Amino acid sequence: MSLQLVGAATVSPGDTAWVLMSAALVLLMTPALALFYGGMVRAKNVLNMIMMSFLCMGLITVIWVIYGYSLTFGTDVGGGILGGLNYLGLEGTLDAVVGPEGSHIPMLAFSVFQLTFAIITAALLSGAVADRVKFGGWVFFIGLWATFVYFPVAHWAFFFDGGNGGWIADRLHALDFAGGTAVEINSGASALALALVVGRRMGWRREPMRPHSLPLVLLGAGLLWFGWFGFNAGSALASGQLTATVFMNTQVATATAALSWILVEKIRDGKPTTLGVASGAVAGAVAITPACGFVTPMGALLVGAAGGAICSLAVGLKYKFGYDDSLDVVGVHGVGGLVGMISIGLLATVSVNSAGADGLLYGGGAGLLGRQLIASGATLAYALVVTAVLAFIVEKTVGLRTSPENEYAGLDISEHAESAYDFTGSSAGAFAGVGHGGFGHAGGSGTGTLAPPPSTEGNS
Amino acid sequence: MKLVTAVIKPFKLEDVKNALESLGVEGLTVSEASGHGRQHGHTEVYRGAEYTVDLVPKVRVEILVSDAQADAVLDAVVSAARTGQIGDGKVWVIPVDQVTRVRTGERGEEAL
Repeated sequence: MSLQLVGAATVSPGDTAWVLMSAALVLLMTPALALFYGGMVRAKNVLNMIMMSFLCMGLITVIWVIYGYSLTFGTDVGGGILGGLNYLGLEGTLDAVVGPEGSHIPMLAFSVFQLTFAIITAALLSGAVADRVKFGGWVFFIGLWATFVYFPVAHWAFFFDGGNGGWIADRLHALDFAGGTAVEINSGASALALALVVGRRMGWRREPMRPHSLPLVLLGAGLLWFGWFGFNAGSALASGQLTATVFMNTQVATATAALSWILVEKIRDGKPTTLGVASGAVAGAVAITPACGFVTPMGALLVGAAGGAICSLAVGLKYKFGYDDSLDVVGVHGVGGLVGMISIGLLATVSVNSAGADGLLYGGGAGLLGRQLIASGATLAYALVVTAVLAFIVEKTVGLRTSPENEYAGLDISEHAESAYDFTGSSAGAFAGVGHGGFGHAGGSGTGTLAPPPSTEGNS
Repeated sequence: MKLVTAVIKPFKLEDVKNALESLGVEGLTVSEASGHGRQHGHTEVYRGAEYTVDLVPKVRVEILVSDAQADAVLDAVVSAARTGQIGDGKVWVIPVDQVTRVRTGERGEEAL
């Protein structure tokens, strides 16, 4: 996470190789997210869901090269709020290096690694507005969102420049190893704003909106887990002792949260589910993201257990408050990110990372916890307000919400003129004793009714 | 002539086909269906949200038979399709005015 801009110097081959490898791992998380989300929506919208993620891989890359990297990691314009324009078009980065003495890596290795973070954070938002957004509106919205929300907040949280960097990282000195603020809380709060502006899906809570393919969800979750090692351990920007701690912490928290989520389900609903184990793994990886470089493996175990359990309950909030955050970006990323940021204030120890600090339980007092809350609260508030404004502007100009007719037909047909699955010609041998896939038909709205979730009935 | 219509559990289709074959029934029509009887489907839980799936996958089997065969076919279908569990389905018989074989133009019981 530490970054000092320095002039051209010898690069560390080992550190450079790991950061480049990590960039590839993190890039894979976006198609992984596309599958994770795609499996959760109805069969008539799976291609649009995947397409929103792939669009981010294209669009955010182009923006990043032209001005995104500069706004995020250019020389601070003052107060740690935004980068300057000194790297427009990646000008001046080709022979520059970043990192501390002895661990220099090429600035372009750092830049492409950070680019993959910008891509997946943007793609995360698509989960909040599944099944109902015009693709053209999404293109405009996500370009604006990266520009006015992601780049500034990533500058706050990721840019170190000897006290002249981003205000969260380099001036407030809140701790966020791999993106609890810029990625997780930022995406969660933005998702809430976006879902509120776009509105609920037609038939939400009245018609069934079951995941159309849980195997896709689980494949996506598994690939996210794999890629997260790059996301977290790559954020060390070096290959050494701390990198291994971060790697282990990522595994421990992800695994523990997968267990704690299905434990809640077993107690509350009676059955542990595959959607639950996948969601728990993601929630655990989210929660450990800011904390992975500051806590011990036993600390990571606590962070994971808390992340999985708390997020499994937080996904019920949307029924209580009536917002259709379709695939639980708020409940998993927003809440999981908060759990991780707060856990640092309690569990961080300088025995793991001398560049960190001691949390409350390690005798460091409440100061760190306070700084964590300020960083989290500021990110949440900024993301919520600015995203709501951007979404409103796009809705009133280009248009975000699709027509009821297109929403009913499904976005795969209406936005892309494609169908994910071909069911015709399959009936002859299809029911040799196994029945039919009643709710899998493209364009069908399924059957049945949605009852209120048991968890929210108890609360309201 | 009668039309025997059975709505059964999909995995019982093989048993019903075998039972009909052993009675000498020559033809039948099978289609996918969904519905519910008194059991009213089942519930599924996704991230804590409970869905009641009230239309359950079924298979509909239709058999045209002579008046004399109707009771035997009905009994055969019922005994082949029965598991004793809820959701086994229903079988009913209705009269048929006329039947024609398309290829030959034969009518009535000749066409069965």
